[in-house]
Amino acid sequence: MLIEVRWHGRGGQGVVTGSNLLARAMILEGKYAQHFPEFGPERAGAPVKSYTRISDQPIEIHCGIYEPDMVIVIDPVMSKNPQEYVYGLKKGGDIFLNHSGGDEEIVEWARSAGFKLHVLDARKISLEEINREIYNVPMLAAMLKVKKLCSLQTFEKVLAQRFSGKVLEMNLKLVKRASEEVETLVG
Amino acid sequence: MTQVERLAFMGDEAVAYAVKQCNVDVIAAYPITPQTIIVERLSEYVANGELDAAFIPVESEHSAISACVGASLAGARVYTSTCSQGLALMHEILHAASSMRAPIGMTIANRSLNAPLNIHCEHSDVMNARDTGWVHLFANNVQQAYDLTFISFKVAEDPRVLLPVSVNIDAFVLSHSVEPITPITDEDAAKYLPPREYEYPINPDRPITYGTMALPDTYMEFKMQFKEALDRVPEVFEEAVKEYEKISGRRYWYYDSYEIEDADALVIVLGSTYGTVKTAAKKLRAEGLKVGVMGLTMFRPLPEKELVKVLRNMKAVVVMDRAYSYGGLGGPLYTDIIGVLYRNGIRIPAKNIVYGLGGRDFKLDEAEAILRMAEKGVREGGFETHVDWWGVRR
Repeated sequence: MLIEVRWHGRGGQGVVTGSNLLARAMILEGKYAQHFPEFGPERAGAPVKSYTRISDQPIEIHCGIYEPDMVIVIDPVMSKNPQEYVYGLKKGGDIFLNHSGGDEEIVEWARSAGFKLHVLDARKISLEEINREIYNVPMLAAMLKVKKLCSLQTFEKVLAQRFSGKVLEMNLKLVKRASEEVETLVG
Repeated sequence: MTQVERLAFMGDEAVAYAVKQCNVDVIAAYPITPQTIIVERLSEYVANGELDAAFIPVESEHSAISACVGASLAGARVYTSTCSQGLALMHEILHAASSMRAPIGMTIANRSLNAPLNIHCEHSDVMNARDTGWVHLFANNVQQAYDLTFISFKVAEDPRVLLPVSVNIDAFVLSHSVEPITPITDEDAAKYLPPREYEYPINPDRPITYGTMALPDTYMEFKMQFKEALDRVPEVFEEAVKEYEKISGRRYWYYDSYEIEDADALVIVLGSTYGTVKTAAKKLRAEGLKVGVMGLTMFRPLPEKELVKVLRNMKAVVVMDRAYSYGGLGGPLYTDIIGVLYRNGIRIPAKNIVYGLGGRDFKLDEAEAILRMAEKGVREGGFETHVDWWGVRR
């Protein structure tokens, strides 16, 4: 088993942290995983990519991911044009978008392109829950819920290693909402 | 052997954690991307009281390495980390450190040199420091970055050696990758590296002189002793890795290898690319191609005898360099290998691939192409050219 994930978003949204947390959760779960960022100019707002590899065998390869099994777009504006971010995605691969899901055109496109499509309006739930726009943790929680790669308890443990106090509390709220509200539009 | 569980560590974090477990006395470092996290973590360990060390926040890398030399000669266990421009700025003191026989542990997060400005992976920084008399070790993954840190101090501080040692980790590819590692326990670390004992520490009550002037009458004798200390590194290294295997269960050697026993075609690399080439080699082995891969762990002193044992059985070799010796015959590792081949009477074709400069990614299908190239070299009894710059646009 080898699962390769590519993350898209913008500088400042926690794309790299999302990928980092995923790898840590999988390692805590007893799997092998590797996270690595693609650092370009580190400017807030600039497009950023990050990568996660997950396997039940030790991972020895050290190069980028070009044919991912999964693409996670955490920026809500980029999520409106998923066609631009799925290059290389395997047939039958999963797309996770930070999107309300009301766009029939995207659903049609995903279906005809042979991709699975999952959406979570991370922007809306984070504004409602914590009055801030946090995308990476809810998008990751949504993915874990759908793909069942690890238990949400494991994910919460990893969050507790990274955050504490009020910040941890806010993130846990987002995890709960995200896992309840993630929707699979094309399965 | 007591082991703790597999934990997630970023490369830089793993190195800092190892340095803490090595119980160093003095850290003098200046932050530079992508080694920054090492220095940040160590300063936190010292500030929290988790590590009882003097942390000297210097104003430049030149001062960092200078402080390390002084502290080392006073008998302290000493650590620093840098890369790229920072290592270049240290350069004159790198010679002083080794020639004064000051053991120092240093992590180099191998990064390209200006210009053009680029912060990504390349081995030019350490290759510029190749002839400074330091021992240079290369890590292939995060676990090795962690493990080699312990081994580096064990070798450096041995009274038969007393030389500085660098552990090289690929910029970003290892420094910023999260991978699972199995650390050793603090108890095992303490047993492996007991507090340093040094016979000739600088001490105001018993003054001695280091780095004295040596005129033409004596200079070569100093340098000969220095060379002989490097010649003793292999025996000390072999003991150090054996003892480390006892506590970690992980075996280190002058190189890592895959299927070299019956291979005809060999690809030699340094650093994190080893795993990529090995993964590609597994596929080609399944097709019946007799390819082998070597990832050199010890680059200096060059383990000539061990290389000869392997190269003798090969019919062609491709050497991959993530650096170039401008105006020379090719990459630095390649020129070493063709030297080893020639003076040991091994007449096989050797080819140099210069790749991945400035962090250009080296993909799995490219690794496969290089292995096929090596295999073609066997079949055809030679290569069309000596050196290729891999994947460069014209």
